Amino acid sequence: MMKRSFIRVLLALAGMAVMFAAPAQARVEININRGNVEPLPIAVTDFQSANDIGAQISSVIAADLQRSGLFAPVNKAAFIQKITDPNQMPRFEDWKAINAQALVTGRVTREGDGRLRAEFRLWDTFAGQQMTGQQFFTQPENWRRVAHIIADAIYKQVTGENGYFDTRVVFVSESGPKTARQRQLAIMDQDGFNVRMLTNSKDIVLTPRFSPNRQEVTYMSFEGQQPRVYLLQLETGQREVVGNFPGMTFSPRFSPDGQKVIMSLQQDGNSNIYTMDLRSRTTTRLTNTAAIDTSPSYSPDGGRIVFESDRGGRQQLYVMNADGTGQTRISFGDGSYSTPVWSPRGDLIAFTKQSAGKFSIGVMKPDGSGERILTTGFHNEGPTWAPNGRVIMFFRQAAGAGGPQLYSIDLTGYNEQMIKTPAFASDPAWSPLLE
Amino acid sequence: MSRTHTPAMSRMQSLARNPAVIALTLALALAGCANKKNMPNSAGELGLGAGGAGAATPGSSQDFTVNVGDRIFFDTDSTSIRADAQQTLDRQAQWLQRYPRYAITIEGHADERGTREYNLALGARRAAATRDYLASRGVPASRMKTISYGKERPVAVCDDISCWSQNRRAVTVLGGAGS
Repeated sequence: MMKRSFIRVLLALAGMAVMFAAPAQARVEININRGNVEPLPIAVTDFQSANDIGAQISSVIAADLQRSGLFAPVNKAAFIQKITDPNQMPRFEDWKAINAQALVTGRVTREGDGRLRAEFRLWDTFAGQQMTGQQFFTQPENWRRVAHIIADAIYKQVTGENGYFDTRVVFVSESGPKTARQRQLAIMDQDGFNVRMLTNSKDIVLTPRFSPNRQEVTYMSFEGQQPRVYLLQLETGQREVVGNFPGMTFSPRFSPDGQKVIMSLQQDGNSNIYTMDLRSRTTTRLTNTAAIDTSPSYSPDGGRIVFESDRGGRQQLYVMNADGTGQTRISFGDGSYSTPVWSPRGDLIAFTKQSAGKFSIGVMKPDGSGERILTTGFHNEGPTWAPNGRVIMFFRQAAGAGGPQLYSIDLTGYNEQMIKTPAFASDPAWSPLLE
Repeated sequence: MSRTHTPAMSRMQSLARNPAVIALTLALALAGCANKKNMPNSAGELGLGAGGAGAATPGSSQDFTVNVGDRIFFDTDSTSIRADAQQTLDRQAQWLQRYPRYAITIEGHADERGTREYNLALGARRAAATRDYLASRGVPASRMKTISYGKERPVAVCDDISCWSQNRRAVTVLGGAGS
């Protein structure tokens, strides 16, 4: 009972060493084991409840954990013990017998004020002890969020790093034929549920990006046949043009402190990078070339900016200081590189690469070293990072008349998954963790 | 520019009861499109109204689209005006000077084989190059606006170079919006 437990999560890290902090109770060993992913078998039991809400919450938790690729939920049909009191010590032998190394039990009750109270316990069956136990309160309509929050708590307890399940994704929902495609901004939970349209389909909308506080989205719209960068308040639906520029503004993104929008301005065929301070409304020009400079993305500390430019011929990645000084090319491989996005951890930059007629999603270090391609095909584009810097979402377009779909992939290049959306979807942007 | 009868052309002619289809065929030939295998999906996407070549009165928008040619094409990742495109733009400049009542918008487009943001910028460059060429041939800059649609408004849909080459284009639109 007092013996330290060892839950092994074997991660295929393709030669890349990632050290995770050890969580307080269980010690997790990350075995660098190229090409061999061994997810942790976990039994997620139906939470006790007066109706089926407990089972629904459990199934969302299990689906989150499974999609991460780090957990393998055990089939409920194999369960031996029926949990009748989630606060009692489970019969660990029954769970070890079906090789469930971790066990989740819980209960959902209704508070006097109508709120849901959801409590869960995570058990280490081989050590025979509880790893963590927490409870949450929420409005009944937010039951999926509670499930995501519990899945994040389990993920963090076992892997030692923050989860990413209680997050949302803004994207462009696309419908209609390719020659007359209609586009709407849309928002959904990271697992593809609760899709909501944010704009109508009248105008082309592109490249939505979350603000750090998750309350705003900046994007590009062709409203009034004037392609410009906009700011949308998610709560109120209020929209405004960002800045008063004399040409097309595009490719917007927030600074990490949320105070600025960085974007490209097109004038006479040249595209340069500008920032606009959202408080003072002052604009600052950061690049000044006769080239296409676009897709700027800040480092998480706000000190540097990665962007793409064709100043050297084909599109390549460049890094500069936040004031525009020190512009340095970092990509030197075969082909062209575009849409760079700095990881929330700061250690990597994700990009789209075009080479030999294929489009790939890859990552490299901010100094340009250590390039790794995660996926390659006819057309993959537009990576965005999960807030823990562990998973990348992007869109994939098949050849021909069809449309794009959203996919996620682990930083290792394993566990590629399609995210089901009601229509075609492109330009995903992952939110920070909700609070 | 010769009009050989490929199977696609025969199919087009079997549909020739629709006057818009005739106009579409002519417009493509005049625009110097090298490839006849993949036609744009509908006449509407070429900005054609009802009425074919025979109905185009001089100085009308049909006249411009059908008899002058409203679009030019570009090589991959290129914004330089090709020799065949120069001929089209020379005709456009003459026509626009003859009919000065039209303000025009030049739409720049890119094929799908690039990333979204870059293609927006590339389309803008193509529109600007087209505008500058027309200005050099005497069309006042004050009459011209430009807009880029990047890769978001293809006219031809397939997965090979024959379509991509039709989508890398600048279209001169009579009236229209832009900046």
